[in-house]
Amino acid sequence: MIENRPWLTVLSHIILLLGVCAVALPIWIALVASTHTPEAFVQGVIPLWFGDHGAETWGKVLFSAAGNGVDVPVWFMMMNSLIMALAIAFGKIAISIISAYAIVFFRFPMRSLCFWIIFMTLMLPVEVRIMPTYQVISDLSLLNSYTGLALPLIASATATFLFRQSFLTIPGELVEAARIDGAGPWRFFFDILLPMSRTNIAALFVILFIYGWNQYLWPLLITTDDAYFTLVMSIKRMVSVADGAIEWNSVMATTMLAMLPPVIVVVGMQKLFVKGLVDSEK
Amino acid sequence: MRKRNLSALILGATLASSGYAATEIQWWHAMGGALGEKLNSIVADYNASQDLYEVKASYKGNYTETMTAAIAAFRAKQQPHLVQVFEVGTASMMSAKGAIYPVHKLMKESGQSFNGDAFLSAVTGYYTDGDGNMLSMPFNSSTPVLYFNKELMAKAGVQAPTTWNEMDMVGKKLQDAGINCGFTTAWQSWVHLENLSARHNAPFATKANGFGGFDTELVFNGPLQVAHVNKMGEWQKNGIFSYSGRTNDGAAKFYSGECAMYTESSAGYSGIKRNAPFEFGVAQLPYWKDQVTEPSNTIIGGASLWALQGKPADDYKGVASFLSYLSRADVQADWHQFSGYLPITKAAFDLTKGQGFYEKNVGTEVAVNQMLTGTPTENTKGLRLGNFVQIRGVIDEALESVWNGDADAQAALDNAVKRGNVLLRKFEKAN
Amino acid sequence: MNVTFPHRALPWLLLLPQLAVTAIFFLWPAEKAVEQAFYQEDAFGLSREFVGLENFIDLLTDPYYYESIVVTLIFSFSVAFLGIAVALALAIMANRVIKAQLFYQTLLIWPYAVAPALAGVIWWIMFDPSIGPVAQWLKFWGIQWNHYLNSTDAMILVVIAATWKQISYNFLFFLAGLQAVPKSLIEAAAIDGASPIKRFWTIVFPLLSPTTFFLLVVNLVYAFFDTFGIIDATTGGGPGQSTKIMVYKVFDDGFIGLDLGSSAAQSVILMGIVGIMTVIQFRFIERKVQY
Repeated sequence: MIENRPWLTVLSHIILLLGVCAVALPIWIALVASTHTPEAFVQGVIPLWFGDHGAETWGKVLFSAAGNGVDVPVWFMMMNSLIMALAIAFGKIAISIISAYAIVFFRFPMRSLCFWIIFMTLMLPVEVRIMPTYQVISDLSLLNSYTGLALPLIASATATFLFRQSFLTIPGELVEAARIDGAGPWRFFFDILLPMSRTNIAALFVILFIYGWNQYLWPLLITTDDAYFTLVMSIKRMVSVADGAIEWNSVMATTMLAMLPPVIVVVGMQKLFVKGLVDSEK
Repeated sequence: MRKRNLSALILGATLASSGYAATEIQWWHAMGGALGEKLNSIVADYNASQDLYEVKASYKGNYTETMTAAIAAFRAKQQPHLVQVFEVGTASMMSAKGAIYPVHKLMKESGQSFNGDAFLSAVTGYYTDGDGNMLSMPFNSSTPVLYFNKELMAKAGVQAPTTWNEMDMVGKKLQDAGINCGFTTAWQSWVHLENLSARHNAPFATKANGFGGFDTELVFNGPLQVAHVNKMGEWQKNGIFSYSGRTNDGAAKFYSGECAMYTESSAGYSGIKRNAPFEFGVAQLPYWKDQVTEPSNTIIGGASLWALQGKPADDYKGVASFLSYLSRADVQADWHQFSGYLPITKAAFDLTKGQGFYEKNVGTEVAVNQMLTGTPTENTKGLRLGNFVQIRGVIDEALESVWNGDADAQAALDNAVKRGNVLLRKFEKAN
Repeated sequence: MNVTFPHRALPWLLLLPQLAVTAIFFLWPAEKAVEQAFYQEDAFGLSREFVGLENFIDLLTDPYYYESIVVTLIFSFSVAFLGIAVALALAIMANRVIKAQLFYQTLLIWPYAVAPALAGVIWWIMFDPSIGPVAQWLKFWGIQWNHYLNSTDAMILVVIAATWKQISYNFLFFLAGLQAVPKSLIEAAAIDGASPIKRFWTIVFPLLSPTTFFLLVVNLVYAFFDTFGIIDATTGGGPGQSTKIMVYKVFDDGFIGLDLGSSAAQSVILMGIVGIMTVIQFRFIERKVQY
């Protein structure tokens, strides 16, 4: 920086490393814990170094039943989580981009009313309208279905806003030129808008995938059939056992597996992730 | 349908021979872990024993989640035939007359032979109506007992206390021997208020603990309960008691040897046997000898099976046949011996005794004997309170405030009674 | 934007999916919640009675409801302040070590991807009074940790778990904000002899204040609504009511306690609060919106 103070740089590294360690500590514990027997857990303090039951626990959790009454293996719930996360991410992006398109590039009566209706969804996070939304889903017979898992979470004011903001920066001349060339609204959308929005879509995808994957309360409520269990919600099932011991090693292994895919997405697509976060806020 | 088949295929469903002609009977339960596996094997045995019906058991999470799921499903007209509901939910189920199908009626109308007298009244009493008719079928019933670490007790040179009066002395000796925590508990409201009251034949609520009507009022702020909670608060302070959460998280303190004793459900037996790396003993739940000369029986916890209405009449024949199967002596005895839950019929108890199980597994009969102490009175038959789930929450909060020294026992229990009565009135009004 | 396409039906067609989902899954349930708030109903839905404003009056005269509001405020502000402070410190340091910045960034951002419920479970285990390593360390230092019993401990625990997840988010925004601070300003101050600490408080921090304010709002909203999983997977609102935040209470009273009327009334109140928060967000931070 301005002046060269080596001790300041060293201090910075120390603080950052401490921060990194503090952030990583829980994961270390969880990882270590998943390699011990459940008895080791309840008989004393969780050890800080690996035990020798890791492969056994992970293998059991991944491929046979996840344990504690969740009768489906983790890989199966992973598929459900993946289906849900992808459906939510793509669904949100698709319906948001076309509604932003409609709002920016068309003039029609009640345009701003529509905009406000979409905006209102921000005001109603699923947690505050649980009971009635549950009833709506059951009225529509969507309990225990992929549609029920994904559809109610698809409406998105934020994604619509993001696309709207980026569309507003498109110069009018471009639209003019396209119209003179005889391009209709569809061609304009597919040939110009969609390619232009590629990065935005990718960045949003990262964020929305995580959002979808990490859904907890909603799948917990509407799935009672383990064929539709998602990974994150299954943790709750595993830690609430009546008159039995919780198999903490399985729980920890499942926890690790549940956080792995979104973490890989974030770290692997770091650039897009940062862009997605920052852009959708600005 | 395709999705179900696919998943069944993927999971390599255990019931490969799912007969297509068989009527499916859905049973939602709350048994996870080893108990869940045992339950599944019982179901598989039943399915293999006949080919008219096929019971499909699904685990729906803990007791609260299972009950809530069933209620929500009922509202959505997707209810199962049978649902396992914990004892706390009994009043809610009972009052939902349009939703439940009383077991005694179901058995009669389905032509199953059914004799209410074959059951242990100490167990079934909790689930009967005013005329003694069984409304639901007890499945897993337990009662609180005192587990103790034999090694630690020997080290301190003490015996497990039979009365709470001895606890001071036992706790001090343990502490002198370097064991800082005398005892911890699971399910504090159930053990240290509900069962405390029953053990001393004291009412927990008016109107025969709610059996006499919804206009019942809580009275667990009497001198007995206040004195006990007050003493527990003292013990918490000097370390003889160590609080470890509302559920059975305290097991860890017992397994690790931090606490020498543990008041927990008799159903905790198998878990303790598996996890405790020491020899342990089982004793009856202590009582205050200055309050009663002879302790009464304790009340049960656990759950029973409720049949829900709204299914085709023929299905209920299957439900009845399955319930009969569950109450068969051999099935019951097997379940009782495996899980530590109480046997629900005299025949199952006698069979277990005849097999020499109690001699081989010392301590398992303690709970049964404790249940069969004396004749149940209206204070020891059970509790029938609406909104009991929430009332338990209120009690938990009150007790916690005593343990951490925020309130004294009298004030905390008075407040809990007041808040609980509001919930009772709300329930009375809604039903 | 003046140039538009002249179609009349097409825009409606384009908006249809979004509007349909909004109407079915947002407006209809919201309407149902409002309606339910004026009724008392038994759990099975067999009987229903109109009670007017009684559910609201019960709530507003219930000291435990106010306690829940207080708990929510303490929780939210603690999470926001702790998260902002830690993230700011880390961002300042990361901004100093340009070469290793990406390395640290990578190692700091991933908790964003961890579901709140999972974060809760892990922290819960770490602090478990009997088996948790952190609780044991604390014991070693003479601190008796027991979140089952001690309200403060329980609150600290959920705050830590919630903050842990949010640090990465705050960190990224602060880092972006710091990188946007003009170098020339800092250089000028350095020439004037201002120490690094003074430079930070007089130049950098004021320039970061819009980011900070924005993060404050986002963090508050996060703590209000997205931490349900943390509470549910750990304390379940206890001990006592000490961690029962408002959103959790809606769930607890409605789904566990089966008191539908009260739960719906709480939903309606929450909707009002979210509405106000959204307007604040909208007015002060203009177009900034969050997930």
